Amino acid sequence: MAVFEKGVIFEGVDTADSSCWSLAAYQARGGYTALKKLIEAQTPQDEVIAEIKNSSLRGRGGAGFPTGLKWSFMPRSFPGDKYIVCNSDEGEPGTFKDRDIMWFNPHALIEGMIIAAYAMGVKRGYNYIHGEIFEVYERFETALDEARAAGLLGERILGSDFSFDLFAHHGYGAYICGEETALLESLEGKKGQPRFKPPFPASFGLYGKPTTINNTESFASVPFIIKDGASKFLEAGKPNNGGTKLFSISGHVNRPGNYEIPLGTPFATLLEMAGGMKDGKKLKAVIPGGSSAPILPGDVMMDLTMDYDAISKAGSMLGSGAVIVMNEDVCMVKALERLAYFYHEESCGQCTPCREGTGWLYRVIHRIENGLGRPDDLDLLTSVGNNMAGKTICALADAAVFPVRSFTKHFRSEFEYHIENKKCLVDHKWF
Amino acid sequence: MLEIEINGQQLTVETGSTVMDAANQAGVYIPHFCYHKKLSIAANCRMCLVEVEKAPKPLPACATPVTDGMKVKTHSELAAKAQKGVMEFLLINHPLDCPICDQGGECQLQDLAVGYGGSSSRYEEEKRVVANKDLGPLISTDMTRCIHCTRCVRFGDEIAGRMELGMANRGEHSEIMPFISKTVDSELSGNMIDLCPVGALTSKPFRYSARTWELSRRKSVSPHDGLGSNLIVQVKHNKVYRVLPNENEAINECWIADRDRFSYEALNSEARLTKPMIKNGGIWKEVSWTQVLEYVAHGLLDIRKNSGASEIAGLISPHSTTEEIFLFQKLLRAFGTNNIDSRIKQSDFSADSAYQGIPWLGQSIAEFSSLNSMLLVGSNLRKEIPLLASRVRYAVKHGASVATITAKDTQQYIKFKGKALVSPANFANTLLAVLHAVAQSAGKPLPASFDTKVEVTALHQEIAKTLLSGEKQVILLGAEAQYHPQFATLLAIANAIAELSGAIVSVPALAANSVGAWAVGAVPTDAGDNAVQMFAKPKQAYVLFNVEPELDTYNPAQAVAALSSAKMVVVCSAFKSAAAEQYADVMLPITPFSETAGSYVNTEGKLQPFNGVVKPQGDARPAWKVLRVLADVLELPGFAYDSAEEVRADALDAEKILSRLNNRLGDGFAVNGLSAVDSIVRHAEVPLYNADPIVRRAPALQATKDVAVPVAVVNPALAERMGLSAGAKVQVKQANATSSFELVIDSLVADNTVSIPAGHPATSMLGGYFDHVSLERV
Repeated sequence: MAVFEKGVIFEGVDTADSSCWSLAAYQARGGYTALKKLIEAQTPQDEVIAEIKNSSLRGRGGAGFPTGLKWSFMPRSFPGDKYIVCNSDEGEPGTFKDRDIMWFNPHALIEGMIIAAYAMGVKRGYNYIHGEIFEVYERFETALDEARAAGLLGERILGSDFSFDLFAHHGYGAYICGEETALLESLEGKKGQPRFKPPFPASFGLYGKPTTINNTESFASVPFIIKDGASKFLEAGKPNNGGTKLFSISGHVNRPGNYEIPLGTPFATLLEMAGGMKDGKKLKAVIPGGSSAPILPGDVMMDLTMDYDAISKAGSMLGSGAVIVMNEDVCMVKALERLAYFYHEESCGQCTPCREGTGWLYRVIHRIENGLGRPDDLDLLTSVGNNMAGKTICALADAAVFPVRSFTKHFRSEFEYHIENKKCLVDHKWF
Repeated sequence: MLEIEINGQQLTVETGSTVMDAANQAGVYIPHFCYHKKLSIAANCRMCLVEVEKAPKPLPACATPVTDGMKVKTHSELAAKAQKGVMEFLLINHPLDCPICDQGGECQLQDLAVGYGGSSSRYEEEKRVVANKDLGPLISTDMTRCIHCTRCVRFGDEIAGRMELGMANRGEHSEIMPFISKTVDSELSGNMIDLCPVGALTSKPFRYSARTWELSRRKSVSPHDGLGSNLIVQVKHNKVYRVLPNENEAINECWIADRDRFSYEALNSEARLTKPMIKNGGIWKEVSWTQVLEYVAHGLLDIRKNSGASEIAGLISPHSTTEEIFLFQKLLRAFGTNNIDSRIKQSDFSADSAYQGIPWLGQSIAEFSSLNSMLLVGSNLRKEIPLLASRVRYAVKHGASVATITAKDTQQYIKFKGKALVSPANFANTLLAVLHAVAQSAGKPLPASFDTKVEVTALHQEIAKTLLSGEKQVILLGAEAQYHPQFATLLAIANAIAELSGAIVSVPALAANSVGAWAVGAVPTDAGDNAVQMFAKPKQAYVLFNVEPELDTYNPAQAVAALSSAKMVVVCSAFKSAAAEQYADVMLPITPFSETAGSYVNTEGKLQPFNGVVKPQGDARPAWKVLRVLADVLELPGFAYDSAEEVRADALDAEKILSRLNNRLGDGFAVNGLSAVDSIVRHAEVPLYNADPIVRRAPALQATKDVAVPVAVVNPALAERMGLSAGAKVQVKQANATSSFELVIDSLVADNTVSIPAGHPATSMLGGYFDHVSLERV
């Protein structure tokens, strides 16, 4: 189910119309005018990058790194191949926004990538699509065909000297391939395992060449910025948190789905848009930015606005914008057990602390959930987590530890009750 | 240069160094598992986490580049906590089976657990169990012990040149495994055992036989290829239990080839000859040394008296020690014969009078790592000298280009830029065409003697271009060139190319002491017969030293025929053999390299002395002593040596060896007209575990896939022309010899070529390695 408020990506997209994704529909909405504008005016590359910087667009994949700054790291004068790569390997539990972008409005992404290629002097790009959404991958391929046929991709785009081609690639279902260097390894045909950094992809990326990797939503926001201007984008959000953002709401709400709203919108408003709490139950907790983001109690959330800075100040992160809402019937031990299992299964196995630690965390939580918890288990979880976080090549170990820390911090009494009484504090029901 | 402070100690390191490099330089030990100085950086074990000032998190020393002014603490609270945390993670799923683990006592995990591990475990869940893998006859696995450092994986990929192991699956389910139903077949695979920091990969032949602390470590030198890899031989109760590399950066770095490592099994085998024996009326009898030496002396004197000393020939293996070879030739010459040779597999001696020095590697071993371009002529280098091939591969990874002229594309794991797949009979004219192409490219005139008409194709030009592409160029003549009936021609053309291009000509020694043997005079002089002539013109008596002519000579059929009709055959050997029992009259048990003092001169001219590591088995005796006593029995003067060192001092001057090495030919050799040959010839490679008497008797090596399979291999075109299909029985005829083999069709073999390996009993009835051959369906 997809629900959209107006925003920079879904402005004018009628998701009920089965052809809303097509090139014709996109062009009717003003699509590709940004690209045409750049090409006709022969806008200097620096100006494009400056515009993105001015928009305060921050990476929509989870880390929130300023996109314009990232583009400026690309060594444009580097001789030989350079690449841009779109990270559509949307694997974070709770997140389902990139899927809808590619399903309902793929040309926004394609145009965004062409503009990025133009700005960074790149001739070849790849879109790495999550393996489980094959129908989306196929639609994206069709959209690429449309763009190629219309002279928007390939040699001498729109009759200019600028050439760029874009290819889609689908993964095979490993969460870790959403980590940008693991994605590059996978794209190269190798096992998807994160690379040690430095060197960073900007200097040593795909096939060892300079590479810029952005999230689907980041790229898809670009045409708006170029077409309507950085200031308009910035105005749509709040300072340092430019633009609108897609939030994927799931859990105990009446209308789960994607909502594209200005950054800085109060959580209470977002919850209301999603139809409020299902069955009128009480809000217990929210994971505001995908499963790796620390959980926050419901009352804390109700006072927050949905933007990078506010959520971060409250001790969590906006992440990918996946908002997982839990009501009073959820047992926090059970919820954490499920998350711990996910990270245990998805660790790539490369670094010792993550390979061994994720399983250990899961087993201790599993044991608490099953009435076999011991009094010192919470200290053990903290200690094992501390030995994992910040000790590995990529952030998966940290992502596995954040939920453990935040669940046991905000809902410690529930864990203690579980250990002592060998059962849930609440009469647990998922739905 | 960068300034860095480690634990308060100031030092200056090269730009580009890692913290680990700097710590090594400062003599500070940082615990680690996945890091290895010769492998790429994986940074996956996380054991080397250290505190770096201003960094919020501990950083892996192995992968963190030093920045100017960096301050590192390797034992601070932050660092120690991180290291202990990692150690705990490594141990939670590691079995506590040290008492039955072969790695016990030499286990990095065990050692570091003492310093960084807890006294008890906080992990009380079930431990992981991982199924073992069949990696072949050399490596034994206990995969539950694996800590996923991926050293073995990286070794295969980066050093051995072929990724035979990988880490499959994710997370806790990660497993090191070979490709499905494949084994690890690299000729360097044993190094993975050394690299494994735990007991996941251990030596299969050594398994459960001894503890490392029970073994003495003694230095030695490998008796196999010309590299002269430095060895640590581990012994207990006067028996060799295991062989490990002794690090020598200039020669074998920290590696050894599998045959250096696993051939020791032969030293303890049942096949050892441990008693002097004399054949009487077809029956072999054990006798005393006095009896056997008198018998030999009497026999030789008799033949000299009746037929002259020139009716005696001596063939000695270039795997023998310098001292043995020197005394062997000195004794025979003093006795009156010059029919002495050590070039046992060579067939073309026509340049003997033209050599300007002793053929050798042409440059140092280490220089092969930095060559820029190379032309291999008749060389399957990685099976000839595995670690030299590894250096070439290193050079290729750093941008060098290699071309090849070969009769069998043996997949060297190097991508060739220019590959001429031609029958051995066409090696010389192909190389000549390359010479013409080189002359054209270089715009220089051809030397007069090579100015014959030859067709230069695009392929020859490509090969020439590859060779000329680099600054440091090498033309290497491999086994198939060195044993080739036109070796002298090939060498002459290679020298001509070198003259035009500035390349170095390399004739690598294929045996441990090929250079040494030549240096101490084990080549015929004064019209003495060479290794082929001494069998082509049968003699009345032969003295065979460490050599098995039925397997080790160019034309085994001819050799065996001559030996069988000789009046007297004296065999000095460390091993018994069925063939020798047929043609020999007397067998003298001499010791292999492990039981005698001696030395080898390697292919770059380096003299490497060694001592015996164990006492001689049975009545076997160091051969230099046997020869010395035999000389006394024969009443020859000048043999009063009291030690191997005295013999060595008399035999050669180590300082002067290098000046005696030269691959050039003088005026004594001229190339005659060459033309393309389209008749069918044999291509015989000597598989690396069939190359000498020791490896042939090492059971584990004999169980590998590198052992000769006696089949006849032809390419599809030839098979079709002859109407032969795969699996058919074919009769192979060479001169008077005939054998039948199963036919295998493989497009990796050149046209008009029948590839049949040498060094195998089933092929010992055949003739010359690269001679004409006829094929018939049975």
